[in-house]
Amino acid sequence: MEDRHIKAFKEESYDILGELEALLLELEENPRDAGLIDRVFGTMHTIKGSGAMFGFDAVSEFTHEIETVLDMVRDGILPVTSGLIRLTLSARDKILEMLDSGTQSLDEEALAIVAGFRKMVEVEEPEKKEETTAFPSGEPAVLNTYRILFKPRSDIFATGTNPLLLLAELRAMGESAIVVQTDAIPLLADYDPEACYVSWEIVLTTALDENAIRDVFIFIEDDCELIITRIFEHDPTMECENYRRLGEILLDRGELTPEVLETFLGRHKPLGEQLVEAKVVLPEKIEAALSEQEHVRQVLQRDRDRKASSLRVDAARLDSLVDLVGELVTVQARLSQKAAGGNDPELQLIAESVERLTEELRDNAMSIRMVPIGTLFSRFRRLVHDLAGELGKQVQIITEGAATELDKTVIDQLNEPLVHIIRNAIDHGIEPPSQREALGKSTKGTIYLAAEHAGASVVISISDDGAGLDPEKLKAKAVEKGIINQDDDLSDEECYALILRPGFSTSAEVTGVSGRGVGMDVVKRSIDSLRGTIGISSRPGQGMTVSLRLPLTLAIIDGLLVSIGQGLFVIPLSVIDECVELSRDEAARSRERSMMTFRGEALPYVSLRAALGIEGDPPDIEKVVLVNAMGKKTGFSVDQVIGQHQTVIKTLSRVYGNVEGISGATILGDGTVALILDVNQLVMAERSDSQRKSQIIGLRRAETVS
Amino acid sequence: MTSEAVAADAALYLTFRLDKEFLALEVARVREVLDLCPITRVPRTPEYMRGVINLRGSVIPVIDLHRKFGLTAVATSIDSRIVVIELDHEGEGVVVGILADSVHDVIEISRGDIDSSPQMGARWRTEYVSGIGRCKDQFILLLDIDRIFSNRETGSLIEG
Repeated sequence: MEDRHIKAFKEESYDILGELEALLLELEENPRDAGLIDRVFGTMHTIKGSGAMFGFDAVSEFTHEIETVLDMVRDGILPVTSGLIRLTLSARDKILEMLDSGTQSLDEEALAIVAGFRKMVEVEEPEKKEETTAFPSGEPAVLNTYRILFKPRSDIFATGTNPLLLLAELRAMGESAIVVQTDAIPLLADYDPEACYVSWEIVLTTALDENAIRDVFIFIEDDCELIITRIFEHDPTMECENYRRLGEILLDRGELTPEVLETFLGRHKPLGEQLVEAKVVLPEKIEAALSEQEHVRQVLQRDRDRKASSLRVDAARLDSLVDLVGELVTVQARLSQKAAGGNDPELQLIAESVERLTEELRDNAMSIRMVPIGTLFSRFRRLVHDLAGELGKQVQIITEGAATELDKTVIDQLNEPLVHIIRNAIDHGIEPPSQREALGKSTKGTIYLAAEHAGASVVISISDDGAGLDPEKLKAKAVEKGIINQDDDLSDEECYALILRPGFSTSAEVTGVSGRGVGMDVVKRSIDSLRGTIGISSRPGQGMTVSLRLPLTLAIIDGLLVSIGQGLFVIPLSVIDECVELSRDEAARSRERSMMTFRGEALPYVSLRAALGIEGDPPDIEKVVLVNAMGKKTGFSVDQVIGQHQTVIKTLSRVYGNVEGISGATILGDGTVALILDVNQLVMAERSDSQRKSQIIGLRRAETVS
Repeated sequence: MTSEAVAADAALYLTFRLDKEFLALEVARVREVLDLCPITRVPRTPEYMRGVINLRGSVIPVIDLHRKFGLTAVATSIDSRIVVIELDHEGEGVVVGILADSVHDVIEISRGDIDSSPQMGARWRTEYVSGIGRCKDQFILLLDIDRIFSNRETGSLIEG
């Protein structure tokens, strides 16, 4: 039992230390940010407190020393210097080490760090404080929720006022729910098109005060009826129960008297419906009250969410949950198939419900495993910081899209490849400051790390503004290493892709960081195993970009089920553009030329039957699935397109090794196995095939000529 | 074989038929025996890799020993079974199925009844056979499973 608590403490501490690292690095860039200093202090304090509680006395003692210094920083006595940041970072590493070893005493290194902190205090103490209150207080603002009744006079338009602009202004102040009241609109015969008949009820949650809201209406104050009531003060530290009920809101708004309300309560129908039916309250008024209720409820809910309603769960449990969902999806497919085949409407209904639930469950289970990639990004700040120092370069890292979510397994496996790429960028890409200056670049190099969603995949790009790649150099190197032949004709992109080949390293000397020629091919392999692709672009002298395209999840994908002969195959839906039909003549022509015409465009055409070596003749009308593979649209001919299929990905047995063109298998509704096609590999294989063919033809021609 | 204890110098074997030949596998290696089910062929793999099947949610390969041993292929029949075994592949256990024309008995063969360096006709490739066992005047080939899927072999399955 003891162990379990200590384990939980450790896990939590690792998180806190990770956060601390990120905070420190951020602080280095914004040394005057009082909020950051507070948070750094807070994390240290937490570690100190819980360390002592769980018997990590050494950690507690050690942290106490740091805390003393940080306290002075917080009070503005000590400035934030890069020396302080460096020392605190090494202290953070030390704490990590001490947690792992469970040591009860401070070793020499720890004592040295403590001495460093003490020295800092001594140096600073005589100088005393110069500016103590330089930092703005980082108190979180108190949120208030207001109910605003805005009823412009009917001739408001004559003054040139557009009420919608005012509403937009309100909306910009915070979260709002706006309901328009249309009960005053007369019949068409009495309607004056230049008059304003509507009014608005707004519920606004904002950090600003009532005067700020009044200021919005300042120019038309006399031309409208404006009632602002504060209905809710928000105290984030308090546990809030639910907001008032509809009846209470209506009472509060003066739409109802308590006596009337009394008569309606206790009946079974929802109160709102009754009131409208009895024509006691207008439907618009009910709607406004309901939206107020909903708005406050949402604000409260978010508060509660923020207040750590998160749960720490063992990753293995999540994995088994996803496995179970996978099994369920398979069984559900079977049920649906059985139901569709039979003639039992009731069963079909059940099957449909199960299908819907399974789909929701699947999405839910998947989303639980989604983790923002920011957790990964923050680790690289430290890496860049340390590496740049080691290599005597100045490098800053800019990240974007840290909130982009990816499956946890994918994130876990991304760390290593990204470290490789970033190392490469700093070591080979970014030049030393003097050289950069000579080139007219800023002395500080930039690594730009970005993640974004693109359909069912996530694209992570790592750019630097360094030297970039030189295609000619790459080619020469590859020829020298015997990877390609001298007379191979390669495009620039193909040259860049050479760095992904095993045994290829461009750096002449081996540094401790990279240059052993094992970097990028490892990256390629890791990304391949994640079913992702790598693209490299470069502009000599201006830097290069490596973009990784990764699937959102590894476990279940949406696929299109197709048949060729007796065999069933799944093509990932994410790469499919559309499906078309080809007649026998067209198909024959396409096969011959490996090209098809589609909407006046010539596209590469791959007969899957031939590519997969399946015997038999294609049917009269062939279906062609147009996919986006390797950045190009390609037609894959199949016999039949069967339909969409939720595909639970199973790996082929290891005895198969790597089968070209097949990325895995899945189990269909009837219990048989279908194979999942890897279109990228198929296209690549086809390309090298056709290249070989054209080379052979070229050779034959050469022979006949000679 | 039931409650009788197995003699110290004997082992249990599962016997099955391949074409006209009786073969045996150590029972300890056998996980289960399945009725024949639809096998999905994986393209671009050697003929003797018959394909993959669904074993309660996991995908396992099925190997056709007829082709592996260079015997003439026999059409599957009502007696055909898939013997699911666990074998060692690069240090890790892998589950595979073996296609058998029929599965018979579990028998006990004592070490004394095994001829470990048999002289065989050209019909059999000796490297896959660890010996010949004698049971009730019948000769049974004892398969060396790990040898069949040795690193060298499985490693080259795909390229071959």
